[in-house]
Amino acid sequence: MTFSTAMTSLILKSSFAIGVVTFVSLFVLLAIWLERKVAGHMQDRLGPMETGGWHGWSQTIADAIKLLIKEDIIPDAADKPLFKLAPYIVFAGTMASFAVIPFAAMLIGADLNIGVYYLVAVSSLVVIGILMAGWSSNNKWALYGSMRSAAQMVSYEIPIGLSLLVPIMLAGSLSMGDLVGLQEGGMHHWTIFSHLPFALIAFVIYFWASLAETNRTPFDLPEAESELVAGYHVEYSGMRFAMFFLAEYCNMFVVAAVATALFLGGWYAPIPFLDGPDVGANSSMLTQILSNGIGFFWFTFKATMLVLVQMWLRWTLPRLRVDQLMHICWKVFLPFSFVNVLLVSLWIALRK
Amino acid sequence: MEILQNIVFVFFVLLTVISAGVVVFHKRIIYSAFALLFTFFGVAALYVYLAADFLAASQVLIYVGGILTLIIFGVFLTAKITTLEIPDETHQRYIALIPVALLGVGLFWMIFSAPWDSTLRSVEPTTKPLGKLLLTEYLVPFEVASMLLLAALIGAMRLARFYKKEEV
Repeated sequence: MTFSTAMTSLILKSSFAIGVVTFVSLFVLLAIWLERKVAGHMQDRLGPMETGGWHGWSQTIADAIKLLIKEDIIPDAADKPLFKLAPYIVFAGTMASFAVIPFAAMLIGADLNIGVYYLVAVSSLVVIGILMAGWSSNNKWALYGSMRSAAQMVSYEIPIGLSLLVPIMLAGSLSMGDLVGLQEGGMHHWTIFSHLPFALIAFVIYFWASLAETNRTPFDLPEAESELVAGYHVEYSGMRFAMFFLAEYCNMFVVAAVATALFLGGWYAPIPFLDGPDVGANSSMLTQILSNGIGFFWFTFKATMLVLVQMWLRWTLPRLRVDQLMHICWKVFLPFSFVNVLLVSLWIALRK
Repeated sequence: MEILQNIVFVFFVLLTVISAGVVVFHKRIIYSAFALLFTFFGVAALYVYLAADFLAASQVLIYVGGILTLIIFGVFLTAKITTLEIPDETHQRYIALIPVALLGVGLFWMIFSAPWDSTLRSVEPTTKPLGKLLLTEYLVPFEVASMLLLAALIGAMRLARFYKKEEV
């Protein structure tokens, strides 16, 4: 590689990274506003209506500015270096997973050979960050919250891994690009529908377990306002709190994006007619941009729909108890996903 | 490009070595535990430099996601960990010099005699050959390791669950 091509690829990669960060911030702004509106309407009230005019659209922008200029309080008894470091570790772990998310055929930060595996691996950073936050706050609620959160995330990683194994085995690859590429050509080619019923079962298990992974209702015990105040981030304020908040909503998008890429056809439209123009080796710049833009639209549309389902469930279901949480993980999800993986391997062996 | 790669490499080496130093020398055990995070991460980065992508991700998944979480839980659940005095005085200084010197000579001999291959290779898919090797050539060690882990799992459950009557 010559110096100039290396620099070009470096600049391209950096601008992609900046693009991802911008997209994520905008998405989080939208998602928080949406969550408040969904919550409001489900509880027969309106939610934010004043700020910005139309249905309070700029409420989250105002909140973000408030958080930015708020005083950054560090408790006296806190373990200061760890207290300061923890939000960055949680945030870094979340942002690292965006490197392999396939927004469109050419909009993948790095199409690694081990894409899905990398994603599962970096999410373990978040667990450490949460433990760090809970410990360094020197507050019993924060400590309880962080330990609940870590125990929950570590347990639910197993059904998640096993259910992700199903599309991986069907595709025979761990690379995100390959996994999505195989689902081309309409809804009946999407993994979830093309391999009934195994992939559908895997998808259901993945979706429920991912709610636990992101600490969402009905698995939001780590935050449980009524018993733990707010969990591991109870002592945080201002920008550091905002980073936890940002990471939480990013995580919702990440798990929805993985479900989209592996089960719901990624950047392909439900009907092939609605896909962007085909891109060959010698297509013009305009065709490439158009094709990837349409792919990007479908991908974010599907992922956002899944995020909306997560919100819908949050305001519908009550919270589980700790023993029920562990019961569901180890005695329901785990056996089902093991049997599912075995059946899929049998089916693949028979098909050959 | 070469320069950039070297800078990143040096950064990861320093990260690994310095955080490993913190793990060993810090007086407070919780700092040692959290410093392990950066050591594991740095080692994973070195695996990437050796074109072993699967091994690098496994390093992060198993050591950071599993073992480190377990260690931190252990620290959290130990009573009065913050006031715990870790004995750190040195004994038998001069006798200890002999094995240390031997180890140092051995390591240096290895460092200078090993044929280091410092060419950067592009990352090829490693999962397929690894999986084939595990289920053909290394099947017996693989199965023995999984049996050992299963035995450890059942043993740990036995220790945690069932008490003798007088211990309750």
